[in-house]
Amino acid sequence: MSSFLTRRLIQSLILLWIVSMIGFALLHLTPGGPLSQFANTPGMSDEDLTRLAEQMGLNRPLPVQYLEWFGRLLTGDWGRSYRDQSPVLYVIGSRLGATLQLMITATLIAVIVGGFVGVVGAVRRYSFFDQFVTIGAMVALSIPTFWFGLVVIYVFSVKLGWLPPGNISPVGNESFIVFVHHLIGPSMVLGLVTTAIWSRFMRSSMLDVINQDYVRTARAKGLSERIVLVRHVLRNALLPMITIAGLEVPTLLSGALVTETVFTWPGMGRLFLDSIGYRDYPVVMGLLTFTAILVIIGNLLADILYVVADPRIRLQ
Amino acid sequence: MTADTAIAPHGGQTLRRSTRYRTLRRFTRHRLAMFGLVVIVLLVMACAIGPSLVPFDQFQLNMRARFREPFATVHILGTDELGRDLLARLLMAGRISLTIGFAAMVIAVTVGTIVGTIAGFYGGAIGSALMRFVDAVLCFPTIFLLLTLAALVSPSILTITLIIALTAWMEVARVVQGQIRALRERDFAVAAEAMGAPDRWIMFKELLPNAVAPIVVAATLIIARGILLESYVSYLGYGIQPPVASWGNMLEKAQQYLTTAPWLALLPGLMITLAVASFNFLGDGLRDALDPRSDLT
Repeated sequence: MSSFLTRRLIQSLILLWIVSMIGFALLHLTPGGPLSQFANTPGMSDEDLTRLAEQMGLNRPLPVQYLEWFGRLLTGDWGRSYRDQSPVLYVIGSRLGATLQLMITATLIAVIVGGFVGVVGAVRRYSFFDQFVTIGAMVALSIPTFWFGLVVIYVFSVKLGWLPPGNISPVGNESFIVFVHHLIGPSMVLGLVTTAIWSRFMRSSMLDVINQDYVRTARAKGLSERIVLVRHVLRNALLPMITIAGLEVPTLLSGALVTETVFTWPGMGRLFLDSIGYRDYPVVMGLLTFTAILVIIGNLLADILYVVADPRIRLQ
Repeated sequence: MTADTAIAPHGGQTLRRSTRYRTLRRFTRHRLAMFGLVVIVLLVMACAIGPSLVPFDQFQLNMRARFREPFATVHILGTDELGRDLLARLLMAGRISLTIGFAAMVIAVTVGTIVGTIAGFYGGAIGSALMRFVDAVLCFPTIFLLLTLAALVSPSILTITLIIALTAWMEVARVVQGQIRALRERDFAVAAEAMGAPDRWIMFKELLPNAVAPIVVAATLIIARGILLESYVSYLGYGIQPPVASWGNMLEKAQQYLTTAPWLALLPGLMITLAVASFNFLGDGLRDALDPRSDLT
């Protein structure tokens, strides 16, 4: 168990290292470069640019720049935003909460709705409900998130007037109810894809367990179908879903970016888009690395939790 | 999505027929896949021929005919904020979106197959280095990676296609690597190696033809993803640039007119969903049809 954890941890660190190299290479080997924002400023001479490059350490060899950057990454010094000179980690941290709110609510929706739909689909396999939901899930995976956002705003905000058209709670009114009211729309939009994925995996996970010997034994010894389904099937079918929750992190992050744009939600996704628009490379770079770290942590946590939750797994 | 979306046909007489015939039969029996195929053919035909049948040009402005509602005037699907015919724009946008999806698939499958074959065949240090690299690229959330790349190149159909392919080849590589690794232990591969066939021959003439089925399925699903991703970058302003229309960038402006002209937002989104869902259905059907085990269940 502990050797498994160590191995998984080392794997994650190697992955993190490759990730940082890819990200760094990506931004420095492409045209544009960190100086492009100054190059377009009127009144900038070539000498000014060279001096700036020197000041920012951009004239040194790339490997040196990378090593220095990676060292600072480890110590938490992620550079400063070109826009307002505030530390990158601080900028990201100030937006992290809003994104996490969306991601957690969306996951809750997926677990409850997707889980329920998947369980019913597996129990009544090939029924009308099952086939309908199967098609529905595939259509849901084909809908562009931003368009679904527009549809939700049109139906619930413009036509019905039930939900605010976007943005986190208005200034001056920060009560919990207002906050939840603003959270409904974006979470629904972000949760759509995850719900579809959860329903599919929940269904196949249930079907895997339903055919196990111990389920037949439970039925044979006369337990009611409800007890068999809840205590024997559902409990075991939920275990692999921990892994799915971990694997969903990148999908949720991508979805959050789009959802935040449609609903003008002040999270990391909007920060990322704004930073790209301003060519604010330290923040873009930081966010790219930060989201990849979140993904790696998500997968690692899911693996650990799975081992903890399922005593049948004894990894050497 | 799953192997049991359609109930696989089975029975004594089909078992005697050839595998290829049974595969085809499983496929044509898959109602969703057939639906997808028909819609794709219709969409491709509409986008290819349609624009010459519509009496309006996609760029033709008409300030006196702005925000015309669908089915009310000669503009069948209405007009946008500059009075351009929506049907003409949707069809021309379809050409671009479908082309990008298809071209990105070709590139992604080529790169993914080469990387996956080499990684699966050689294993060891080369194989695990390649696959760790694949794992690392997969750690970046797709849209973040795509936007970073899109912001760094000057947007054109070619560059957008390339960056979509760059964010889509990893899954093919994983599938192919698994297949090749399993296949190279089989007798025919060992025999070819024993006869002294060069590595390249074994990889591309012996192993790869046996891994075509999962590649075809992955390819179909990548077209769906490509169309979807193109719409994301274009909607966010870093993809196909106006006035050239793509389904994604037609939605970019639509949000501000949501209250007054909702059809501007609804129609392009419906086209994207229809196209993407059709390719997903098709891929799902192909997966069921090409999987020989689905006859046995």
